[in-house]
Amino acid sequence: MTTSVLTRPEAVATVPRQHSRHRLRLGRPIPLGVAIGPLLLLAVWTIGSAIGWIETRVLSAPWTVVTTAGELIAEGRLQEHLAVSAQRAGISLAVGTTVGVVLALISGLSRWGEALIDGPVQIKRAIPPLALLPLLILWFGIGEQMKIITITLSVVVPIYIHTHNGLRSIDARYVELAESLRLPRSVFLRRVVLPGALPGFLLGMRFAVVNAWLALVVVEQVNSFSGIGYMMELARQYGQTEVIIVGLVLYALLGLLSDGAVRLVQRRALSWRRTLAH
Amino acid sequence: MAADAGTLTATSYAVRVRNLVRGTNGRVILDNLDLDIAQGEFVALLGRSGSGKSTLLRAIAGIDNLTGSGLIETPEKCSFVFQDSRLLPWLRVLDNVVIGLRTPDARERGRAALAEVGLAGRERAWPGELSGGEQQRVALARALVTEPELLLADEPFGALDALTRLRMHALLGELCARHRPTVLLVTHDVDEAITLADRVLLLDNRRIGLDLQIDLPKPRSHRQPRFLEYRETLLRALGVDQTED
Repeated sequence: MTTSVLTRPEAVATVPRQHSRHRLRLGRPIPLGVAIGPLLLLAVWTIGSAIGWIETRVLSAPWTVVTTAGELIAEGRLQEHLAVSAQRAGISLAVGTTVGVVLALISGLSRWGEALIDGPVQIKRAIPPLALLPLLILWFGIGEQMKIITITLSVVVPIYIHTHNGLRSIDARYVELAESLRLPRSVFLRRVVLPGALPGFLLGMRFAVVNAWLALVVVEQVNSFSGIGYMMELARQYGQTEVIIVGLVLYALLGLLSDGAVRLVQRRALSWRRTLAH
Repeated sequence: MAADAGTLTATSYAVRVRNLVRGTNGRVILDNLDLDIAQGEFVALLGRSGSGKSTLLRAIAGIDNLTGSGLIETPEKCSFVFQDSRLLPWLRVLDNVVIGLRTPDARERGRAALAEVGLAGRERAWPGELSGGEQQRVALARALVTEPELLLADEPFGALDALTRLRMHALLGELCARHRPTVLLVTHDVDEAITLADRVLLLDNRRIGLDLQIDLPKPRSHRQPRFLEYRETLLRALGVDQTED
C-alpha cells in the first residue's frame, strides 16, 4: 500500500515530461547573441568588398573606411566636427530637459498649469518635429540659434510627455499617506512626487536622446559649416562614400553610447525596483 | 452648547464627534453620529462591510474628501495606519519610518522604533524585500515614531495571514501599553476587537448602534467564558446567527 503510493507519482512524473511537454517559450538566450547580426553584416560587407561584389563607389570597403577615419583623426577634422556636434546636442539636451521637466511639474501639479500647458504641448507633439524647420529658419535665421532651438524642441516633447505621465500615475494611495502624515509640500515633492515620476522621466530621457541626434543630423545637413552632418554633406558633394560611412558609424556609436548611459542611470536610480528580481 | 462641549473635551476626551454627517452622490453614509473616546482608551469599531467604518475613521483623520457637516475634535498629534502598509517603494525602510519626522534626532528615533517592532538591522532594506507582516510592522513603526496621542488604524491586519495576525495583535498590545496612545481600530474581526479593545463600538444604520465595554483582564484568551459571551453579543448584533454551530 505504502509502496504503491510512493512509486506511482515518480512513474507518472518522469515519462510525460521528457516527451510531450509543450514548449511555447523561447529557449535559453544565446551568449553574446546581440553581436551575431552586426558581425554577420560586417562579414558580408568585408567579403563582398574583397572579392569585388560591392563596387567601392556605392559602398567603400571597410578597410578604406578605417583608414579614412584614421586620416580624419590625424588631421584633427573628425574631433573638431564631433566636438561641434556634441556641443549642439549637449546644450540642447540640457536646456530641453530642464524646460520639459519644469513644464511637466507645473502641468502635473496644478489644474491651471495643466489647462495652460498641456494643450499646446500636445499640439506641438502632433506636428512632426522637423516640419517646423522652415518657420524656425525664417524666425531665427540659419545660424547656431536655429539649430539649438530645433534640437531643444525635439527634446522637450518626450521629456514633458513621459514626466507628466509619470507624475499623474503616482498612486493616489501615496498622496493619501502624505496627507495623513501632514507632510509639508516641499517634503511631499521631494520624497513622493519626484521619485514617483523618476521612471517616467528616465523613459522620456531615452526618447529625448534619440530625438536629439535625429534633429542634429537634419539641422547639420540643411545649412551648416561644421559638425558631423556638414562633414557628410560635404563628402556627398565630392563623392567620398568612405567619409559618409565614417559619419554614419559615428552617429551610430553616439546613439548607442548615449542610450547606454541613460540605461545605466536608469538601473542605478531605480534599483529599488529590482528587489523582486533577486 | 458649544461652550458646554468645550469643557468636556478639556477634561477627559481625546476624540469628540458631534452630529457628523457624511455622504456621497446623495447617499448618506453617516447620519448625525456622535462619538466620544476617552484619553488613552483603546476602541475597536466593528460593522458590516459598507457600513461606513472607514468613512468615519477617515473623517476623524481629516483625509476624506466627502461632503458633510459636523464637529470633530482630535488631538494635534495623530497617526494613521492603513490596511496596506503603504510604504514608499523608493525609500529604504528607515527613510520610510522617519518621513513624517522633522527633528534633528529623527534617524535615531526611527532606529529605536524599528527595534521596537523587531526589525533592528533592516534599516537599509527596500520595502519590496520585506514580507507582508514585516512591511506592516514598518508601517506601525512609522505611525508610532511621532509619539501620537491618537492612533487611527483601518483594518491594519486585514491583509495578513492568521498566524502573522496573532503576532501583530500581541505586538500592538505591547506597543499601546508602552506608549499609551488613544486608539481607534477599525476591524471586521470580532475576535480581534475583543482581544485588543477596552470598548467595542458597532456601526449600524449610519450611527453607533452598540457600545460595549470589555471588562476582561489582558492578555485575553478566546476560551474565557466572558470572551465567548461578548463574542455572541457582537455577532448577534452584526446579524450573524450562531445557533447552527
